[in-house]
Amino acid sequence: MGVLSFRDVWVEYGDKIILERLSLEVAEGSFVSIVGPSGAGKSTFLRLALGQEAPSRGRIFLDGEPLRAEPGPDRGVVFQRYSVFPHMTVLKNVMFGVQCARDGRAARTESIAMLERVGLGHNLDAYPAALSGGMQQRLALAQALITHPRILLLDEPLGALDPGVRLDMHELITELWREHGLTILMVTHDIKEAFKLGTRVIAIDKRRRDPQAPDRYGSTAVYDFPLDKPNAAGRQAVEAMMAPVE
Amino acid sequence: MPRLMNIRPRGGGRILLGLVPILALLLLYAVASQARHTLNPNDKILPTFAAMAAQVNIMALHPDPQTGQIALVADTAASLRRMGIGIGLAAITTLVLGLGIGLLPLVRAGLGPLVAAIAVIPPIAVLPILFIVFGLGETSKIVLIFVGLTPFMVRDLSAHVAAIPEEQLVKAQTLGASTWVVAVRVALPQALPRLIESLRFSLGPAWVFLISAEAIASDVGLGYRIFLVRRYLAMDVIIPYVVWISLLAVALDWALATLSRGLFPWAHPKRLR
Repeated sequence: MGVLSFRDVWVEYGDKIILERLSLEVAEGSFVSIVGPSGAGKSTFLRLALGQEAPSRGRIFLDGEPLRAEPGPDRGVVFQRYSVFPHMTVLKNVMFGVQCARDGRAARTESIAMLERVGLGHNLDAYPAALSGGMQQRLALAQALITHPRILLLDEPLGALDPGVRLDMHELITELWREHGLTILMVTHDIKEAFKLGTRVIAIDKRRRDPQAPDRYGSTAVYDFPLDKPNAAGRQAVEAMMAPVE
Repeated sequence: MPRLMNIRPRGGGRILLGLVPILALLLLYAVASQARHTLNPNDKILPTFAAMAAQVNIMALHPDPQTGQIALVADTAASLRRMGIGIGLAAITTLVLGLGIGLLPLVRAGLGPLVAAIAVIPPIAVLPILFIVFGLGETSKIVLIFVGLTPFMVRDLSAHVAAIPEEQLVKAQTLGASTWVVAVRVALPQALPRLIESLRFSLGPAWVFLISAEAIASDVGLGYRIFLVRRYLAMDVIIPYVVWISLLAVALDWALATLSRGLFPWAHPKRLR
């Protein structure tokens, strides 16, 4: 059984079906990329995993336990923006999680080590507003990892960054994933990124469409590629799916 | 030649430009005052600067023979005390209610409509009620400031807290923060600079409420004094008092702005870089 499992999950708002019959298992230590056209329900999927929203039908399990519909310390997250606290210095941002979990005396040393690892060792007392976008995301990663979450959820974490910075971040994320033995679920609209970083790529989209009632059918996992070896055909299929519909 | 909108005065030129209208106004006053005094040496409407200085000397440096107190000092102390207690109570209440309404949907559902309803009542209209309920003493003046400022400030602060990005609140929860920890370590610190800003905006109305209450029923205070001497057309007292009140207002505003920059450097990002 996986760390995180979705069993026949549906999300409906009234007549509008966002997700339908979504089932998937996220294995321990895997790096799962989620792609899909905009509006396909990627964010809804992540909100479910975070517990910001509960499924209308079906169940979600974390380590075999039913997931409470509330964010908790077992799931770390990095959003595209607003992931860090603007009123805390870099160091305090990272120490926050340790202090919430337990007595924070060891928090300082531990947090400094984590910040040095992500390359922010020289910015401990800076406020986030003084950091570049890439540095802010490094901080958000350090902040999420310090509490050792069971699964790390990344919501378009590099979407707002310049291409060069993005490449550096790819390296950092891959390294951290290996070093900490993380299980990562990353939502992205960048197919290249999805295939480069992931050990598995899942594409979600509507399987059926009713032109008269576009909300009649929801999205589900239409492709699921394990990437133990390079999968050029898979990538072409996903690219075709993401291409704008004529 | 650049467009008019692109010409920016700098350094000394800018200060000079700011001084010109002030000096012009003072000069205009002096000329007008002079003109009236040539016609009638006893004119009270536009007293000369010399006459005002003489009055300031009496009010600010010499104890009143009846009370033994220096009038300006006693008035200032009484007014600032009322002002301080009034805005202090308003700030504390705003912080508690603003955080509750902004952060907790349960409290928002419960108190939001009430605060919105109270906020539309013109505070001066409830002044008679305050005089009846709290008497003519200090309490009614402080309560008027409190009632005048709090609903507006609560609405402002709760909107600000509610606008904290959801990402931050979710992030805090994924780091193990309880509601209390989110309130105290995430929402409260981000609410404080906004509260100070909101207080700065509220100082103008606060002075209006204070002077109104003092004008109607008081025996000491800046508002009391100017309305008292109005009976004798004592413009030579009123004008210096108005200038003094303005100076106090500017000083209070400056103190709050400095406090915010000192305590919350992150809230003033221009200074961070």
